[in-house]
Amino acid sequence: MNALDFIKKAKKGEINLEDFYSKLFKKLYDIDKKYECFITICEEEAFNQLKNLPNGRLYGLPVSVKDALCTKDVRTTAGSRILSDYKPPFDSTVVARIKAEGGVIIGKTCMDEFGFGGFSTNCAFKVPKNPHDIERSCGGSSGGAGCITAVLDEPHIAIGESTGGSISSPASFCGVCGLTPTYGRVSRYGLIDYANSLDKIGPMAKTVREIALMLNVIAGFDEKDQTTLNENVPNYEKIDNIKGFVIGVPKEYFDGVSDVIAEKVWDAIKKLEDKGCKIKELSLKMTKYALPAYYVTATSEASTNLAKFCGMRYGLELPLEGNFNEYFSKVRAQGFGEEAKRRIILGTYARMSGYRSKYYLQALKVRTLVINDFKKAFKTCDLLAAPTMPVLAPRFDELEKLSPIENYMMDVLTVAPNLAGIPMLSIPCGSIDGLPAGLHLMADHLQEQKLINAGVALHG
Amino acid sequence: MPKKGVNENELLHVAEIARLKLSDEEIKLFSKQIGDVIAWFDKLSEVDTKNVKPSMHPLENVNVAREDSVEECLDTKDVFANTNHKEKGFFKGPRIV
Repeated sequence: MNALDFIKKAKKGEINLEDFYSKLFKKLYDIDKKYECFITICEEEAFNQLKNLPNGRLYGLPVSVKDALCTKDVRTTAGSRILSDYKPPFDSTVVARIKAEGGVIIGKTCMDEFGFGGFSTNCAFKVPKNPHDIERSCGGSSGGAGCITAVLDEPHIAIGESTGGSISSPASFCGVCGLTPTYGRVSRYGLIDYANSLDKIGPMAKTVREIALMLNVIAGFDEKDQTTLNENVPNYEKIDNIKGFVIGVPKEYFDGVSDVIAEKVWDAIKKLEDKGCKIKELSLKMTKYALPAYYVTATSEASTNLAKFCGMRYGLELPLEGNFNEYFSKVRAQGFGEEAKRRIILGTYARMSGYRSKYYLQALKVRTLVINDFKKAFKTCDLLAAPTMPVLAPRFDELEKLSPIENYMMDVLTVAPNLAGIPMLSIPCGSIDGLPAGLHLMADHLQEQKLINAGVALHG
Repeated sequence: MPKKGVNENELLHVAEIARLKLSDEEIKLFSKQIGDVIAWFDKLSEVDTKNVKPSMHPLENVNVAREDSVEECLDTKDVFANTNHKEKGFFKGPRIV
């Protein structure tokens, strides 16, 4: 049963929620034993929610939340040792909106530390296993969200978060749908941030219709996040025909992509053509510069964001010894993992006096050109279509051999749209030897509806 | 010419600014890796960005201010719930000098 049917039945009283959740949690513990997708399972809190559940748009629906989003009185770690015992005294806006609509938070999903990674292997606690082959990665950084969405055979929607592709990557590797909304469409209040100008919270689910349902709940202006857009939220569940859509296919997005994946993606694009869309090949010339521009911008912002974790007020703390520099440096050395340290150093370097113009400011100027590239394409196209990831889910032993740059290169198809803040949707488009491939659809700012219409047409 | 590698002193200087105490293994590992990534960042210099404005955000946004009025905020009990370093309604920190 999908989420929409489940909510209808629950509202009619046809589902005993106490019984349903008793069985569900047994299942979740079993799944977690095998796939390690949760940092925290919230059984007690879920039953507490059931005692006084609002009769809203998500009535009774199980919702998992990436551990980067604050949940009141529930441990929230962002995948980092430095926050291993942190219990926020407040809910993030997204979580508050879900609860207010009767959604039930079942657990906090695994992620790369602070979102630093594309494979959910930079984790302080657990490394989630791919549902299609447990020796392979789920993608990242919302790997736990992708995993539980694929594995759980019960109604459920996951909340993921993307900075440079962290919703699309696990959606593709796990074979589910993932929507990254326009920057500012969904409030970031209460999100433990990676990079302020890039972070977006979005839904992951088995179907695009379920994604539309969740987007309706979480989208919209929030006075607690001044970067949220004060724009009308349409009813995303009102699906329209895509006949007449012009679908742009950027040629650069097939460079270096595995042939078998390119074939599946072209099959999906042909299906769009069969549904009355017009296909247009085009070029996005700034593509190759988007990757270094993204990494300069993201690490620069991350290095300032992570300054707040210093052993005071919350998070890991040690006895107050030495002066403040010694104390902060010691706490941070113990609390941060290797990739977090690497990114802090890279970002600090790129913003340092003498290098700021060359790296940080230059990256932001290149970002403008990347945005212009997309804006030009969307003058003649409704959507862009490309593969989500250039490879199938890699094995863990293959990932261990990658250098940091080789690792960063894997984000090559997802960083440009993330840098431009445009919305994107990854949907499954077939599998190769049992491993799913993903079709990536991209739209202009605030054109989520077009993505949803095309996603429903192809995948339901 | 793109630079290759970051020397140990340079790395330690950056780590100090970032308030990170690195182990000997980390210094060895990062010197090479950080240098490689920075050399890759140098690729950005190929792009002509004359007269291009930097994009701090992907969309234009404006400052938002609210009325300067008293609103409800977190209870002090909640504010201090996540630390042992507190005393008489203040956070305790390491010494400054």
